Amino acid sequence: MNHKRTRLALIAGIAAAGLFGLGSASAADKGTIKIVTHSPLSGPNSPSGESIKLGAQLALEDYGKLLTSQGFKVQLQPEDDQANPNVGVANANRLINDPDILAVVGHYNSGVFIPSSEVYAKANLVAVSPANTNPQVTDRESTRAIANRICGRDDVQGPVGADFAVKDLKAKKVYVINDKTAYGAGVADAFEAAVKKAGVKVMLASGVDDKETDFSSVLNRAAIDKPDIIYFGGYYQQGGLLLKQMRQKKVGAVFMGGDGLDSGDLQKIAGSENVTKAYFTTLGVPLSKLPAAKKFAEVYKTKFNKDPEAYSAYGYDSMRVVLQAIADSAKANGGNKPSREQVAAAVRKVKFDGLTGKISFNSRGDIEVAKYVVVGVGPTPDKNDVKSIIEKKAPNS
Amino acid sequence: MNFSEGLQLLPITLTDGLVLGLLYAVIALGYTMVYGVLGLINFAHAEIFMVGGIVGIEVLTFGTAGTGMHPALQLLLAVTAAMLISGALAVVTERIAYRPLRLRNAPRLVPLITACGVSLFLQDFVRFIESLFGNFIRPFPDFEFFYRSVELSDSVIVPYKSIAIVLVGVAMLIGLTYLVNYTRLGRAVRAVAQDQKASALMGIDVNRMIALTFLVGGALGGVAGVLYGLQFGKLDPFSGFIPGIKAFTAAVLGGIGNIPGAMLGGIVLGVLEVLAGTYLPILTDNAVGTEYKDIFAFGILILILIFRPSGLLGRATVEKV
Repeated sequence: MNHKRTRLALIAGIAAAGLFGLGSASAADKGTIKIVTHSPLSGPNSPSGESIKLGAQLALEDYGKLLTSQGFKVQLQPEDDQANPNVGVANANRLINDPDILAVVGHYNSGVFIPSSEVYAKANLVAVSPANTNPQVTDRESTRAIANRICGRDDVQGPVGADFAVKDLKAKKVYVINDKTAYGAGVADAFEAAVKKAGVKVMLASGVDDKETDFSSVLNRAAIDKPDIIYFGGYYQQGGLLLKQMRQKKVGAVFMGGDGLDSGDLQKIAGSENVTKAYFTTLGVPLSKLPAAKKFAEVYKTKFNKDPEAYSAYGYDSMRVVLQAIADSAKANGGNKPSREQVAAAVRKVKFDGLTGKISFNSRGDIEVAKYVVVGVGPTPDKNDVKSIIEKKAPNS
Repeated sequence: MNFSEGLQLLPITLTDGLVLGLLYAVIALGYTMVYGVLGLINFAHAEIFMVGGIVGIEVLTFGTAGTGMHPALQLLLAVTAAMLISGALAVVTERIAYRPLRLRNAPRLVPLITACGVSLFLQDFVRFIESLFGNFIRPFPDFEFFYRSVELSDSVIVPYKSIAIVLVGVAMLIGLTYLVNYTRLGRAVRAVAQDQKASALMGIDVNRMIALTFLVGGALGGVAGVLYGLQFGKLDPFSGFIPGIKAFTAAVLGGIGNIPGAMLGGIVLGVLEVLAGTYLPILTDNAVGTEYKDIFAFGILILILIFRPSGLLGRATVEKV
């Protein structure tokens, strides 16, 4: 009896699907859904921004069927924020006026995410960040409903780095320098506070302009002070240069920094022979240490003819979160296009095992358990040496 | 850090300041020469400088790397290439963007706006070209040779690259002084600076002399670009802006239009900047960080200009009879 009914339902279902299929062959009748990737595609951070976009693009190819099977057309809209807060905000104001855009995957720079997400929040447009680590990304009340991230936070990353500096490198005196951006100052402050707590002497804590190319003031002093570590809170294009000038000036200190240094271009800028005694902490687990990402790395390489960067897989997982959330909320909405509010709410309920690990969010939009990695920098990116991978819960969950 | 350690830092700080100042001086000459002749502040000069630097880096990276040539010779080749391209670019800029305006007697503000436009255009043009090859930051190739140093005493260590920059920089300054003051061409340029109409009547080709000014200024900018790359390790399409602004400041500080003034202004500004960067954190016990060095250097600059509004050496006075 029961069996018969299911079979009947199945036949009816197949017939209906066939009819709909005929209908939708000419045009997807439920409309277009656009998903934006918003990252720096030009300018100094473009290698990382590009890799986020390409990662997301692969996820759309793999999981776009979640939406196309429901009769939607899905479209990727790559946007370029040029790593510049002004550009990010201007783009965001344009994006919220396109009703087809239901979600944003981005950004790369915390300093860009924070003001841009204020704009998204006005229109309830959800943003899932693959790489923004500043605590303010999810800590602000104004963007509570829409800001999410699948990577860790600087207020954990800084202490993880400090722990390594104190326990493994046995540092006694350090220099802490930051580039005065939201990200760089945040991670450097967290590191400084944590090493101070451990009794390490901070001999110099100073900012440098984020366009500065001359570090001689700091390094001449370091040549005499001989700190054990020079910690740099900032991005690789400056960090690489600092490391290069350090070695040129024969400053023998260990060079350390946060995930802003995590790029294959670090060695290119510093010059591989200058990369000695250098470490960074990162939240992007190297793909070689992610068993689930092996195939991803191969596909990426053949498709785009370059190696994926650390945040490519995070771009991939962020896109998957977004697709899953839209698909779930569309189902809950009776198969119709969901509203932005519904998508934002659905993101928090998404749970899956992604390339980068278990993905699930707490009520603030932080990933519940994030991975923190300490990397020893090798002369070439593929010789980078993973010292440890630590899993830590988000501080507020 | 105590007093004796502060003292120990002084020689290397002054060396770095001198090198930076010399770079500013060589760039500043481009601003000051064009201003002296045309009364135009050529803001595009910052980008001419950047283009020269990137050309130099590309020559070293793709042309001479691995040929086993002596590093000094390689540097010389890169500098020559940068001089040629930057000089040519400056002449083309003048031909396309400034000369048509000049021939129509446009108000003086108009070419200034065009200069800003050219500057933005060149930035994005180079960015476009480099991004075609997937590049943005152009790291200066490593030459172990230039990192070697001469130890004069325990605290006075002078790296080869500083010596190279000082040598090339000083050669440029001497060459320019000779060209402007002791050759027929220089006399013609000076005549055009004084009075374009009168010099035309005397049989001087004014347009050619103005083009020559741009050629020389641009070539100097190119040299400075390569040396800047050698000193600091990388350039990107936006690297011209800040050194450009500072060199312009140096030109004003020395007295814009005045060639020895630009040299002096550059050196004063460079030394002040590096001194401030090193000693501000030391003197204030880290309360004021290195990032405030520009504020300090520019504060001094305002003070100097309050008391000497026409710059340290003043505008070269023109005797009109």
